[in-house]
Amino acid sequence: MIKLQNVNKYFGDHHVLKDINLEVAEGEKLVIIGPSGSGKSTTVRCMNFLEEPTSGEVYIEGNQLTAKNKLEMVRNSSAMVFQQFNLYPHMTVLGNLTIGPMKLQNKSKKEAEEIAYRYLDIVGLREKATAYPSTLSGGQQQRVAIARSLCSEKKIILFDEPTSALDPETVQEVLDVMIKLSSMNITMVVVTHEMGFAKQVADRVIFMDDGAILEVGPPEHFFENPTHERTKEFLSKILR
Amino acid sequence: MKSTNPFALWRWEDLFQNFDHFGSGFLRTLQVAILALALSLVIGVIIGILSTAQNVILRSIARVYVEIFQNIPLVIQIFFMYNGLAMAGLVLSEFMIGVIGVGLYHGAYIGEVVRAGILSIPKGQQEAAYSQGFNYTQTMRYVILPQMVKSILPPLTNQAVNLIKNTSVLAIIAGADLMYAADSYASSSLNYGTSYVVAGLLYFILCFPLATFSRKYEEKLKKNDAMVVDIPEVME
Repeated sequence: MIKLQNVNKYFGDHHVLKDINLEVAEGEKLVIIGPSGSGKSTTVRCMNFLEEPTSGEVYIEGNQLTAKNKLEMVRNSSAMVFQQFNLYPHMTVLGNLTIGPMKLQNKSKKEAEEIAYRYLDIVGLREKATAYPSTLSGGQQQRVAIARSLCSEKKIILFDEPTSALDPETVQEVLDVMIKLSSMNITMVVVTHEMGFAKQVADRVIFMDDGAILEVGPPEHFFENPTHERTKEFLSKILR
Repeated sequence: MKSTNPFALWRWEDLFQNFDHFGSGFLRTLQVAILALALSLVIGVIIGILSTAQNVILRSIARVYVEIFQNIPLVIQIFFMYNGLAMAGLVLSEFMIGVIGVGLYHGAYIGEVVRAGILSIPKGQQEAAYSQGFNYTQTMRYVILPQMVKSILPPLTNQAVNLIKNTSVLAIIAGADLMYAADSYASSSLNYGTSYVVAGLLYFILCFPLATFSRKYEEKLKKNDAMVVDIPEVME
């Protein structure tokens, strides 16, 4: 579904991604963990070309993603959920959910609203359809953002630290929605520190450090016997 | 014998008997200002968008435009259009020169306002739009521009005030505007003092409400903790 091949990324002199090779299968739930600055966000951002790799290739469903075709590819294949939600503050919840389907997929307003309500039900926020994002709590905003990512009905959803900006008491409501999604046939790539979520949902967990993939395995592996010292050290901090 | 005081009562009486000069000048100034403002808004939005584009050439075009129009006196630009273009065979009416000249000039300033407005929108908004598959134009149209309208309204209104005042350069090419009307009445009647005071008042009547609105609206935005685009006043 997604394939990164020898991906390198530099920000100026800073070598952020070092020769990343990674394949994500269709329907797979992949969790990426690692300390800040390890390149995990950059890795998911390369999957929709929000960051273009300095070298190496990215393939989506076998087609190479390029600077030229990226908009069309992104439009057809993936959606993203951001740490800061990035809802459009000048639109209502319903506006946020319908603008994409209406303007990019040529759906009628009625159709787009039907889809929007369907996914608002899934995230449990139907009654907030006419509210503006600024009136919602962080957790609610992120649930709306997830609903927005669902409305375009794509095969891939990329999550870039979806709960990191949330108050502790609202983290779980967002995780619950994500757990719900995991039963749908969507390929999910999730950058997170929530190991509980990883344990419950992930098919595979990747540990990144200093721009490289250090360790890959099922979630249990990370709880029971991580191989690398760095992994142990990191996990001891977040599992405390 | 009449008093020689520049503000003597008889001078006021004479002025109000000739007030229709001022009235038609005022109307002309208003017409030029409104059309020039419309033109400068269109140019300003285009220049503002170009100056935040990723493409270097587009950015350069916007930069060159802004620097040229901001760093050459408006009077020269007006003279150039009036005399220079006329020699090249392009004769424009004083009215059109007012609209186009002032419009192009303030388009550069409004371009800077729009640019600052676009840059004030958090980067995450563009990223969200892109991650949905919106292209640059769609992102601007649906996401960025609607969000910045509020925050750029105060500096935009200040531009409108400056634009109204700057239409007075038309007087030097006999543009039949308010300043020209005041000046020609003054020099024929020798009632300079009263004439300029009245002209000043009429400009004030147009500008003061706008300036007040701008200040009040900015205070309101600040109170609501909304983003306020801070643009240094670079006006003559």
